[in-house]
Amino acid sequence: MIPTLLVILILVFAMVRLLPGDPAVAILGDRVTDEAVAKIRAELGLDRPLPVQFWYFFERVLRGDLGNSINLKISVIRLIQDRLPVTLFLTLYAGVLAAVLAVPAAVISALTRGSWMDNLTRAIFQIGLSLPVFYVSLQLLGLFGARLHWFPVGGIGPTPASNLYYLFLPALSLGFYLAAILMRNLRSSILEVLNAEYVDFARAKGIRPRLVLTKHILRNALISTVTLFGLSIGQLMGGAVITETVFAIPGVGRLMVDAIFGRDYAVVQGLTLAFAIVIMLVFLLTDLVYTVLDPRTKVA
Amino acid sequence: MASEVAATGATRRRARARIARPKPTLLLGLTIVVAMLLMALLPHIVAPYDPSKFDYDAILQAPSAAHWFGTDNFGRDVFSRVVYGARVDLQIALFTTLFPFLFGTLMGALTGYVGRWLDGIFGRIVDVVMVFPFLILVIAIVAMLGPGLRNMYLAVSIVGWVYYARLVRGETIVQKQSEYVQAARVMGYSPARIVFRHIFPNAVTPAIVYWMTDMSLGILLGASLGYLGLGAQPPTAEWGVMVADGKNFMVTAPWISTFPGLVLTLAGVGFSLVGDGMADLLRPKS
Repeated sequence: MIPTLLVILILVFAMVRLLPGDPAVAILGDRVTDEAVAKIRAELGLDRPLPVQFWYFFERVLRGDLGNSINLKISVIRLIQDRLPVTLFLTLYAGVLAAVLAVPAAVISALTRGSWMDNLTRAIFQIGLSLPVFYVSLQLLGLFGARLHWFPVGGIGPTPASNLYYLFLPALSLGFYLAAILMRNLRSSILEVLNAEYVDFARAKGIRPRLVLTKHILRNALISTVTLFGLSIGQLMGGAVITETVFAIPGVGRLMVDAIFGRDYAVVQGLTLAFAIVIMLVFLLTDLVYTVLDPRTKVA
Repeated sequence: MASEVAATGATRRRARARIARPKPTLLLGLTIVVAMLLMALLPHIVAPYDPSKFDYDAILQAPSAAHWFGTDNFGRDVFSRVVYGARVDLQIALFTTLFPFLFGTLMGALTGYVGRWLDGIFGRIVDVVMVFPFLILVIAIVAMLGPGLRNMYLAVSIVGWVYYARLVRGETIVQKQSEYVQAARVMGYSPARIVFRHIFPNAVTPAIVYWMTDMSLGILLGASLGYLGLGAQPPTAEWGVMVADGKNFMVTAPWISTFPGLVLTLAGVGFSLVGDGMADLLRPKS
């Protein structure tokens, strides 16, 4: 994990250095005085050799200093502190909605294998795999927001709890793709488990069908799905860039797009790093959950 | 033996039918992909209007016999733009995946066969690529290079090859242990010959299957970047750009974004069904 983080730091450092022209100008923007450029050059140590520059960068990141946003006149770390929670909430909300959609659908589809129910469910989720997030977002926004006024047309609510309502459409459009992936995976693992001898045995013992389903079938089938869920959280955060842009949600995703168009490179740099760190933590968490679900892996 | 089983013409025909009959979903996928290809290759025959011609006498018209998908705020025929868009979006599907496929399979075979330090370096690259959401990484690179289709291809290529390499690497390691490779080694063949003549053809199958699915992902990615303004630039008739063009008319003229998005989804479904179907056909029977 530490070596990976180091490589990521080098990449993020290199991002701005790879820009054509003077990084100081890139960071400050074009319309600046020569003194300002000279000041930032000295501050960043741009007149020193690259390894020394990297060391400075490294030191600053360790101190939690990611530089300042030129457009918003505020430190990047503050921006991340303000906006990351919104994106994390949205991502988590989308993940929960995805699971709520996928698990029952997978169970019904697997238990009625080959029926019209199964085919219909699979067709819907197959389309879900190919529905672009920006398109779903825009359609839901147009229909339930602008036309029917059931939901707000953008932004976030005044309180965290109200965001369950405010962010419902964004979370749904973001989560649908994940739901499709999870449903597919869970359906096939349920079908695999259904044929296992311990399921036959549990039934033969006379255990109630509902208990066989929850304790014996789902518990085992969910193991690979949980891993997939953890691995997909990163892609979900990527999708948040689009959802947040469509719904005008002040999270880090929209900030990233704004920063790109505003040529606010310190922000792009800081956010890239933040995304990587969050996802590394999610992977770690996934590993932990995995050992809880599947005690066999504890030995390793 | 197979020749004994297939003694009569009837049984032979039946045997062939059993092996080669593709699933209906694969046929559906192929139909969609072929339709998209026709639109891309012969747009001037399919499309009734010039896709970029302004017609101020026919602004924001609802779908009708004259304009199947309606017209946009410049009076451009949405159906014709969707047809011409196929050319751009299929090009995106190809160019976002071709280099990753070629370079990735090559690197996968090499790292898998050589192992040692090369594998170590590759492992580190995979770790790094995996902790970034694909979209974020591509967007960050496009941010550095500047928006546009060419830079988008470049950005996707820088990242995308890793997924192919991972697939082929795993398969190469499996093949490396097999008897025919040991036999080839005993025969004294050079490592290059073993990798490219013997292992590679056997290890490349999962990458080819993934390629089809990846084209579907490539179209969606390209359209997403187009929507954000980082991919194809207006007034290019690209499906993602067209959805973005219509976003301010979602209440008054929803057809401007709805139809390009539907066709985009259809294209995605087509390629992913073909990918799934190929996976079924090429997967070794157990």
